[in-house]
Amino acid sequence: MTDATASQPPVRSLFAEDARTRRRNRAEARFRAYGFAAVVIGILALIMLLISILSNGLSSFRQTYVTFPVDLAEARLDPQGNRNPEEMAAVTTFGYLPVMAMAFIEHVEALGIEHDLSPQEMAAMISGEAPAQLRAMVLENPSLVGQTVTLEMLVNGRIDGYFKGRVTMASAERDNNVTPGQLVLAQALADAGAMETRFNWSFVTAPDASGQRPEAAGLGVAIIGSFYMMLVVLALALPIGVAASIYLEEFAPKNRLTDIIEVNISNLAAVPSIVFGILGLAIFINFAGLPQSAPIVGGLVLTLMTLPTIIIATRASLRAVPPSIREAALGVGASKMQSVFHHVLPLAAPGILTGTIIGLAQALGETAPLLLIGMVAFVREYPAAPLDGLFDPASALPVQVYNWTQRSDPAFVERASGAIIVLLVFLVFMNALAILLRRRFERRW
Amino acid sequence: MPLLWIIVIVVLLGAGGFVLGRQRAIASAGGDARILHSLPNYYGTNVMILAIVPALMVMAVWMVIQPLMIETRVTGMIPEAAIEAAGNRGLVMSDVRRVADGLDTAIAAGALTADEVRDLSTADTDVRARLGEVGVALGSEVSAEVLAAAQSYRALKRTGGLLMTGVVLVLAVLGLAYGSIRTNREFRARNAVEASILAILMLASTIAILTTVGIVLSMLFETFNFFELYPWREFFFGLEWRPSFEGGSDLGLIPLLWGTLYVSFIALLVSVPIGLFAAIYMAEYAGKRMRAVAKPLIEILAGIPTIVYGLFALITVGPLLRDYFAEPLGLGSSSSSVMTAGVVMGIMLIPFVSSLSDDIINAVPQSLRDGSYGLGATQSETVRQVILPAALPGIVGAILLAASRAIGETMIVVLGAGAAAALSLNPFEAMTTVTVKIVGQLTGDTDFSSPEALVAFALGLTLFVITLGLNVLALYIVRKYREQYE
Repeated sequence: MTDATASQPPVRSLFAEDARTRRRNRAEARFRAYGFAAVVIGILALIMLLISILSNGLSSFRQTYVTFPVDLAEARLDPQGNRNPEEMAAVTTFGYLPVMAMAFIEHVEALGIEHDLSPQEMAAMISGEAPAQLRAMVLENPSLVGQTVTLEMLVNGRIDGYFKGRVTMASAERDNNVTPGQLVLAQALADAGAMETRFNWSFVTAPDASGQRPEAAGLGVAIIGSFYMMLVVLALALPIGVAASIYLEEFAPKNRLTDIIEVNISNLAAVPSIVFGILGLAIFINFAGLPQSAPIVGGLVLTLMTLPTIIIATRASLRAVPPSIREAALGVGASKMQSVFHHVLPLAAPGILTGTIIGLAQALGETAPLLLIGMVAFVREYPAAPLDGLFDPASALPVQVYNWTQRSDPAFVERASGAIIVLLVFLVFMNALAILLRRRFERRW
Repeated sequence: MPLLWIIVIVVLLGAGGFVLGRQRAIASAGGDARILHSLPNYYGTNVMILAIVPALMVMAVWMVIQPLMIETRVTGMIPEAAIEAAGNRGLVMSDVRRVADGLDTAIAAGALTADEVRDLSTADTDVRARLGEVGVALGSEVSAEVLAAAQSYRALKRTGGLLMTGVVLVLAVLGLAYGSIRTNREFRARNAVEASILAILMLASTIAILTTVGIVLSMLFETFNFFELYPWREFFFGLEWRPSFEGGSDLGLIPLLWGTLYVSFIALLVSVPIGLFAAIYMAEYAGKRMRAVAKPLIEILAGIPTIVYGLFALITVGPLLRDYFAEPLGLGSSSSSVMTAGVVMGIMLIPFVSSLSDDIINAVPQSLRDGSYGLGATQSETVRQVILPAALPGIVGAILLAASRAIGETMIVVLGAGAAAALSLNPFEAMTTVTVKIVGQLTGDTDFSSPEALVAFALGLTLFVITLGLNVLALYIVRKYREQYE
């Protein structure tokens, strides 16, 4: 490097980019593009997630039904002929199966559809759940015996899958549970108007079904279980959380104990949820002897998990109430307690409510701790009304999703995605409510 | 008497106390409320609190202590021989409890009368069959000792229940009486009521501590039990995870920890760059409208339950990675793999990293930016050379928090990572994590005296300690950093 090169004055215009400026500008554009790409990737991930769930799950809200007349012969269903439900209960589901199968086979003949299926193969086209449903119907209304009623029954999950595109002729060849002949007959029945795929409320209301009957599996018990747990969380976490926040924010002296509590709360908020499950198992079930898979235990565990969220939100909204309110109350002679409960708390209520709803939404989607306290059990009975129902076995929405993913029949993938759609609908609703409350009632000071 | 009724009666007494206290206060002031020290309602509330709170508190304590006392009394009745035959004390006691509950059910169903139950003996009745009739299924024949223990268990429980009802109701009445006697116009009712309310508030705020203590104690206790059955050295340094319920399991932590850290590492590899760049873009480049749309959209990712991510991994990401990466590259044919779980967990952590970093970047004073622009730096140079170094401690804290999240995450790995413990570097191989094994060992019917079930508590404690350490460190760093610019 000599002086000659250094002293040479650069001859250039400010408007002409030199190599270095170009490089810097390119770096700038690149950096900006990285940032933009990151945002786009984030949003794309969200879209992919939603599309994946929706495309897999929406079909679970539709189900294929077959319609045919059944002659409820007295000789088979009520041998004594007294129409006494207690006597008729002696006829088990297996007694109803042939009645149903015969009626179906006769109906196919009456429609004049040609096929070469054996009676067993034809009977297998109807859901395994259907005879039980028919039995329940007859026992509830014994006067049906002796009549011919037109029934709408669920069809087997594979046949249903055929109408939803999950099962094809080619896959039926390799499948032990369905034959191409059954699919051909199903198509013919659909063309004749006896079989149709339509909206299916029972997905939301029916209880779970066994692993061989995905077509009948529903979310009824899980939704009730989740609802009960939310009741417990609301009843416990809201008062305790608000009381704790009021103490910490308004009354607590600055000392070692208060510090410990504060650090504790912020740490609890970050403890992995599964650890709360272990706590629930060890304390509520093994030590206190509460029943397994009961909503009360789930509710208690979720309460402990939600408390930090509610406390943090409540403290923030208490802090947002300006000190002048407190001082004014004290100035006209209110006690400290009165100033808090009569003035500060009502003003902070919208914020507290919003925080609570968001905490509840978090609790609703939580799965891991519930697995440990036995909510994975297969529950078909609806729990009773609260308070007794809180101690009955139940499932929960997210746990039901997990349960269904563990089953082998691919139809349960559709069910699990459908259950997630239901869960997400609840979450969207709760969050929308929180946002609405915030918009409507939030005060800026 | 059923619990609910006791509570209802106590509450009714309290309500009566409220009316009584209020009336007495007004009467003592000769009908002129202005003479009273406090507002009339405070006198009523004071009596109500005295009637309800001590009674219910005694009831709660009683309900915790009574089962423990009965347990020790009844256990003493069972001879050592019976305990050895069944394996351990807990099993015998659960038999006793089941028989006692069964007898209760039988009485409720009308199959037996209370007197018959008291005089029941195994010599002349087949207890198991009798209970079977009312739908109580017992696993084994009922021995004479167990039946005797169950009978005295019932008797003790009954006496205890009666005693508790009596004590609680008497306490409520006493509280009511004491409260109303104290009520006169000089009495500082408001101060008394406010002191009680303050005590309740304080009690509520200690729940957080109680929870932590509960977590630590419950896990410590069972972990000690575990280490009595299984050497701790083999747990912490064992390279094999092969539980078998016939005994002789290998329960080494290392493969699980490896899987956990590997998945978390991939998750951070995905989420940190994306989250950080997204935060930088939002904070420094994005216009108001873009921010208003993109920020909530990304934050939706944070509100989605982890089970949804798990299903996403299971049905979409897993097969996708297998078909387009693992199989063409010859790296494996499993759809659940470290990669699957890591990528999906990374997506889950994006909003976590980005919103934390966003806060931190926004906390860097504007003067630093202005100074940098004034020296002629471009925006990206300012970000890279001024803002990021200034925000670095905070960002490190955010990453540590994200790492602690990733390590404790359960559902994504349960559904996405697989269940086979492996020590391997191949990211497309199925591996398992600490959380997966906690779920695996504790789900379903478990025998809490076997090391295979108890190991879950040791795993839980390990997990708790690791995440707690990361959190404390992260919070410390973040707090330190905040102070710098405040």
